[in-house]
Amino acid sequence: MINLAIEVGQTQNPEAILFWVLGPLSVLAALGMLLVKKAVHSALLLAWVMITLAIFYIAQDAPFLGVVQVIVYTGAAMMLFLFILMLVGVDSSDSLTETIPGLRPIATAAALGFGGLMLALLSRATLGRYAIGLEGANADGNVQGLAHLLFSTYVLPFEVVSVLLITAALGAMVLAHHHRTTQRPTQRELSINRFRTGSLASAAGLAGPGVFARHNAVDVPALLPDGTPAPTSVNASLKARGDVIDSSNFQLDNVDTSAKEEK
Amino acid sequence: MNAANYLYISALLFTIGAVGVVVRRNAIVVFMCIELMLNAANLSFVTFSRINGNLHGQVFAFFTMVVAACEVVVGLAIIVTIYRSRRSASVDVASLLKR
Amino acid sequence: MVTSNALVYLIALPLFGSVVLLLAGRRADKWGHLLATALPAGSFVIGLTELLAMLGRSPQERSVTQKLFEWISVGNFKIDAGLLLDQLSICFVLLITGVGTLIHIYSISYMSHDPDRRRFFAFLNLFIAAMLLLVLGDSYLSLYVGWEGVGLASYLLIGFWNQKPTYATAAKKAFVMNRIGDMGLSIAIMIAFATLGTVSFAGVKEGAPQASTAALTAIGIMLLIAAIGKSAQFPLQAWLGDAMAGPTPVSALIHAATMVTAGVYLITRSNFIFDAAPTAQLLVVIVGAITLLFGALIGMAKDDIKKALAASTMSQIGYMILGTGLGPVGYAFAIMHLLTHGFFKAGMFLGAGSVMHGMDDEVNMRRYGGLRKFMPITFATFGLGYLAILGVPPFAGFYSKDHIIETAFNAGGIKGIIIGSVALLGAGITAFYMTRVMILTFTGAPRWDEKAHHPHEPSILMWLPMAILAIGSVSSGFLLSKGDALVNWLAPLFEYEGGHEVELLKPIVVTTLALAMVATGIAIAFIKYARGNVAQVAPVNVSVFTKIARRDLLQDDFNEAVFMRPGQGLTATLLKTDEVIIDGAVRGVARLAVGSGSLLRRTQTGFVRSYAALILIGALALIAAIWVVTF
Repeated sequence: MINLAIEVGQTQNPEAILFWVLGPLSVLAALGMLLVKKAVHSALLLAWVMITLAIFYIAQDAPFLGVVQVIVYTGAAMMLFLFILMLVGVDSSDSLTETIPGLRPIATAAALGFGGLMLALLSRATLGRYAIGLEGANADGNVQGLAHLLFSTYVLPFEVVSVLLITAALGAMVLAHHHRTTQRPTQRELSINRFRTGSLASAAGLAGPGVFARHNAVDVPALLPDGTPAPTSVNASLKARGDVIDSSNFQLDNVDTSAKEEK
Repeated sequence: MNAANYLYISALLFTIGAVGVVVRRNAIVVFMCIELMLNAANLSFVTFSRINGNLHGQVFAFFTMVVAACEVVVGLAIIVTIYRSRRSASVDVASLLKR
Repeated sequence: MVTSNALVYLIALPLFGSVVLLLAGRRADKWGHLLATALPAGSFVIGLTELLAMLGRSPQERSVTQKLFEWISVGNFKIDAGLLLDQLSICFVLLITGVGTLIHIYSISYMSHDPDRRRFFAFLNLFIAAMLLLVLGDSYLSLYVGWEGVGLASYLLIGFWNQKPTYATAAKKAFVMNRIGDMGLSIAIMIAFATLGTVSFAGVKEGAPQASTAALTAIGIMLLIAAIGKSAQFPLQAWLGDAMAGPTPVSALIHAATMVTAGVYLITRSNFIFDAAPTAQLLVVIVGAITLLFGALIGMAKDDIKKALAASTMSQIGYMILGTGLGPVGYAFAIMHLLTHGFFKAGMFLGAGSVMHGMDDEVNMRRYGGLRKFMPITFATFGLGYLAILGVPPFAGFYSKDHIIETAFNAGGIKGIIIGSVALLGAGITAFYMTRVMILTFTGAPRWDEKAHHPHEPSILMWLPMAILAIGSVSSGFLLSKGDALVNWLAPLFEYEGGHEVELLKPIVVTTLALAMVATGIAIAFIKYARGNVAQVAPVNVSVFTKIARRDLLQDDFNEAVFMRPGQGLTATLLKTDEVIIDGAVRGVARLAVGSGSLLRRTQTGFVRSYAALILIGALALIAAIWVVTF
C-alpha cells in the first residue's frame, strides 16, 4: 500500500489532482449560484467558490493571499452579504421568467462569445511559456516578499487604498444613517400614549420577558392572565410558518400544584 | 501541470459572473456575481505572478481585494437604502431613465 | 507735361449741382433748375479757357494733367486717380458741356409742367459729371468709373417716368445690355493689368509695342464689346429704341450726342492697341458696317418719330465706329463725324420734342402732316439738321460722312470696296428715311384733327437752343474740315504724319457717288410719300421685309429666344435644384438624424440589466478588435 502511495505520489503531480478535482467543482458552484432561485443559496455557493479559490492561491505559492481570501472575502464580505440578505428578506426570490424580452438569448450569446474569445486569447498568450515559479521570489518567505514590494514600489497605491477604506466606511455610515423626521418621543409622551390608546391592561407597560412564559422554547407562546396566548410572544416568521406549539400542554392545570408539606 | 489551466478557469468564472449580472433580478445576487468576477480576476493575477516569477501579480491581487471590500461595503449600504425607500430589492424597479 | 488745378472743377461743378439738388429736396424746386443750368455753363467756360490756353502752346505740350489722389496701391498695382485733358478730350469736353448747357436750357421749358423737374435736373447734372469723368480720366480705371456713372444716369433718366411699367422696363433693358458691355471693359482692364502691369493710358501706350499680339487682340476685342454695349452697336443695339421712353431732352443729350459716343471715344483713346492688333481692327470695321445698315433698315419702317431718330443715331454711330477701324486717319474723321453728329442729331431731337410738345405728346408721324405752317422755326432748324445728316454740301454732315466713305474705299483691296459700298448704300437709305420723316411730319395735308390739336411754336427757351444747334449743323463741318483743321489738331495723338495713303478713288468721285445715292433716296421717298396718300394707321398688308424691319429686324425676338428664355429656364432649373437637391439634402440629413435617433431611443429601456448586457457586448467587441489588430 505504502509502495502504491509512494508510486502515486511520485508519478502523479499532486497539484494536478487538486486542480482537476476542485476546478470543475468551482465552476459548477458558480453555475449553481447563477441558476438557483433562493438568494441565500446563491450566497452559500459563492462562499464555496471563494474557498476553492483560496485553496488555489495556496497551491500556487501565495499562502498569504489565500489566508487573506478566507478571512476577508469569505469571512467578512460573504457574511456581510448574508446579513443584508437577512435584512432584505430571506425569503426573497426571483421568479424565473424574464421580463425584458430577448435579454437571455443576447446575454447567453455574448457570454459564450466572450468566454470563447478569452479562452482563445489566453491560450495564444501562454503558448509555449512555462511557469517560472515563485521559489526565487519567495526565497525570504511569501509575506516578506510581498512586504518588500508593497512598501517600496507600491507604497503610494497602498496609502491611497487606505484612504479609500476610510472613505468607504464613512460612506456606509452616511448611507445607513437614518434622519429622524419627527422628534424622538419622550417618556412622558410614551406614557400618555399608552393611557390614551390600547387596553388599560397594558397601560402600565408590558410585563418583562418570561413573566407570562409557559416554557422557555421560542415556539411556545406565553399565556396572558386570561389564558389566551400572547400574540407578541412568538416571532412573526414562526407564526407565518406555522411552527408554533400549542401552549395548552403547559398549562398550570396540568401542573401538580398540591402542596405537600415537607416534614 | 500547465499553469495556464488556472487562467481558463478564471475566464470561465468571469464569464459566468458577467451573465449573472445581466440575467438575475435580485440586486444582492447581482452584487454577488460582480464579486465573482473580481475573484476570477484575482485568480488570473496570482497565476500570472507565478508564470512571470515575481510577486507583482500578488500585490495587485491584494489591492483588488481591498478595493472589492470597500465596494461591497458601500454597495450593500446603497442596496439597503433603496430597499428602505422602495420596499423591493429588484433592479428592475429603478427604471426611471426609460424612454 | 503741363499740370493744372482747374481740371477737377470741370467735373466738380455739375457733380456739386447734382448733389445739392438731390439733397435739398422740395426746397430747391424753385431755383434748382437754374443752378443746374448754370453749372455746366460754368464748366463750358472753363473748357473754353483751357482750349484757348492749349491753342497758345506747341502741339507737343498741349496735354494738361492733374493728379487728384493716390487711388489704389496694392502690391504691384498702383493707380493714381488723375485727369488728362488733351486734344481729344477737349473736343468732347466742349461738346458735352456746350450741347449739355443748351439742352438744360431747353429742359427748363420742356419739363416745366413736371413736378419732378428738380430731380430731372439733378440726374442731368449727374450725367454731365460722369461723362466728363469718362473723357477726362487718365487711366482705364478712371474711365470705367465714368462709364458706370453714365450708365447709371442713363438708367435713372430713361426710367424717369417710372410710374409707367414699360418705361421702367426700358430703363432696365438699357442697363442690362450696357452691363454686358461693361464686362468687356472690365476684362480688358484685367488683361491689360496682367500683361502690361498698368492700366493708365500713358502706361499702356508705352507698353503696347512689347506686348504680344494675342494679348493686344484680346484687349481690343474686349474694348470693342464695351463700345458695342455703350454705343448700341450690333449685336447689343436693342436697347436704344426702347430708351426713347425717357423725356426728349434725355434722348437728345444722352442717346444722340454724348453717351452713345462714349464707345467711339474708347476706341479712339485706345488707338495704340487697335493699330497693333489688326484682327481687332477688322472686327471694329465689320461691326460698324453691319450696324450702319442695320440702323438704316430699321429707320425705314419706324412710324414713331423718336424711334426713327434713334435708328438713325444707331446708323450714324455705325459710321463713326467704321471710321475708327480705318487706321490713323480714320480716327480723326470719326471724331469729326461725332462732333457734327452731336450738333445736328441733338438739334433734330430737340425739334422732335418741340413737335411733340405742340402736338400734345403725339409721337406717331402718321398723325402729323403739314406742320411747317404752324411751326416754322422748328421746321427750319429741323430742316437744317436734315440736310446736314444727308450729307448735302456745304452742311456739316457732308464733310464728315464723305471723309469716312473716302477712307473706307481707301482701305484697299476687296475689304475697301465692300465697306465703301456699304457706306454708300447706308447714305442712300439714310436719305430715304430722313426724307420720309420730313415729309410725313412737316409737309402735306394735316392728318390730325384740327379741333383737337393746336400746334404752336414753343417758348424761346426751347427754340433758342434749337437755333444755336442749327447754326452748328450748318457751319461745324466746314470749320472742322477747313485746312484739315481737326485732323491736324488730333494728329499728335495718332502718330499720323499727314498725307494720304493710296487712293482708290479720287475724292470727287466719291462725293459724286454719295450725292447720287442721296438724290436717289430723296426721290424714292418723294414718290412714295409726297403725293399725299399716307394712311393714318400703319398698313397691315406690307411685304415681309417691312414687317421684319418694323420688328427691329427681329433682334428682340432673337434675344428673347436665345438668351432670355434659356436664361429663365436656367433660373427655374437652378431654383428647383436648390429646393429639391440642396434643401432636400439638408432636410434629408435632419430626417436621418431624427430617424436614427428614434431608432436608438429603443435602447434606452431604463433597465440596468439591458445596459449591463450592452456593456458586456461592448467589452466583447473591444477585445475582439484588439485581437484583430495586434495578432
